[in-house]
Amino acid sequence: MAEPADPLDDFITAAAAALDLPLQPEWRQAVKSNLVVTLNHAALVAEFALGDEAEPAPVFRA
Amino acid sequence: MSKDLAFASAAEIARAVRSGETTALAVVDHALMRIDGLNPRLNAFTTVVAERARARARALEAARSTGRPLGPLAGVPFAVKNLFDIAGLPTIAGSKINRAHPPAARDQPLIARLEAAGAVLVGALNMGEYAYDFTGENVHDGPSRNPHDLTRMTGGSSGGSGGAVAGGLVPLALGSDTNGSIRVPSSLCGIFGLKPTYGRLTRARSFPFVASLDHLGPFARSARDLALGYDAMQGEDAEDPVCAGRAVELTEPELARGHDGLRIAVAGGYFRKGAFPEALEALGRVAQALGARDEVDIPEAARARAAAYVIAATEGASLHLERLRHQAGDFDPAVRDRLIAGAMVPAALVVKAQKFRRWYRERVLELFKRYDAILAPATPCTAPKIGQQTFVLDGVEMPVRPNLGVYTQPISFIGLPVVAVPVPLSPLPIGVQVIAAPWREDIALRIAQALEQMGVAAAPRPEL
Repeated sequence: MAEPADPLDDFITAAAAALDLPLQPEWRQAVKSNLVVTLNHAALVAEFALGDEAEPAPVFRA
Repeated sequence: MSKDLAFASAAEIARAVRSGETTALAVVDHALMRIDGLNPRLNAFTTVVAERARARARALEAARSTGRPLGPLAGVPFAVKNLFDIAGLPTIAGSKINRAHPPAARDQPLIARLEAAGAVLVGALNMGEYAYDFTGENVHDGPSRNPHDLTRMTGGSSGGSGGAVAGGLVPLALGSDTNGSIRVPSSLCGIFGLKPTYGRLTRARSFPFVASLDHLGPFARSARDLALGYDAMQGEDAEDPVCAGRAVELTEPELARGHDGLRIAVAGGYFRKGAFPEALEALGRVAQALGARDEVDIPEAARARAAAYVIAATEGASLHLERLRHQAGDFDPAVRDRLIAGAMVPAALVVKAQKFRRWYRERVLELFKRYDAILAPATPCTAPKIGQQTFVLDGVEMPVRPNLGVYTQPISFIGLPVVAVPVPLSPLPIGVQVIAAPWREDIALRIAQALEQMGVAAAPRPEL
């Protein structure tokens, strides 16, 4: 039976097209591994509750 | 001056040149000879500017002969990571792609400031491609090699800076630190490194990596040399919008105050998890010497490291987007694949990381109401073998390249000043981070100097 499709593969294909990034087939697995690590880090940050009024660290001054 | 010029301190060289005991040209010629002899083994330098250095040394001699003052770094040879602009050379930033760039028109301002203090630039140093690296390996130029064991990593990305200073090729070098790229090679090569407060030293005309996190700073074999170099480079610069409009705050005159009266704690929790026994041994020695008995929890350090990782990946990807589109095949594949992945991270998650950064900063600054400095390991282990892909951290096999910076990333994430101090364990040295509140580089340097005087911190001399 075929492995169920991983939606991240579709996301990578779509993101590469949207960003006009070349993605050679032999690079795909390493890109995916790196993306998984980065998204896991991002999820750890995103699950931390901050109020709606939280400001980002960089503050632009006109 | 000590008989062995290779391991003379910058302070000692400058004193001898000013007094006429030796000449700037003799010092520079000696450094060039040593680079010539050892660089084939260390691979620290990618370019040597011998003619420029000799001309500069002769100019110093001419100035001395007419009685003009020579400055606190008179005749001190130094070198810079090859992401600093050097007039007449393309700024390659460890890449193949940038070799096609036109030569820089002017020197990076920190080079100019060091030279104004009498120092002499002798060359550009090897680094991990585009600074996205903790190993000091480079697929285009070959790996920087650790002077204490040529089969081992220098750490990176400022690998050549670590190797050149530890190997006695120059007493002073400059590098950059986004997530740990000064502190990691300082630790693995057994030398002192200063990552100043974010915004303290101008980054103008250096090749960037992550604008939110990039810092420049010095490496040396003593705390005093580190302070002398740092003092000469301070000052505002309108060319770098991040560079703070602060007056110069000299640190070298403060060193003699030592650590008396300073409240020093040790970071627990996250900063002990995963550390190899040698990292904890070094931390223990430093803490004991300083009488630091309190342990503090730096809140949410793991999340801070994660947020720094996300910001680095995405800002780095943004910087290199056009190059990834058109020259992807010319990147180091390991760098390229991380940058492509970074480009795909949704913006909503990046903004979360920047919001978390402000929260974390406020919490950590609260700790500095109770303490003047916090100690933490600089790296989880001593120098791994060149080419080593994984190590075991806290029982989990992890890739070496992104994880040598697990203890440095949560600190640079909020721009705190840090001196990495070398603890000369055998067979290999390892560093400890002395972390201070923003703009208090003086405190971290005083502690580094005190540790050196107590014999706990020292840059061990390699057998080359």
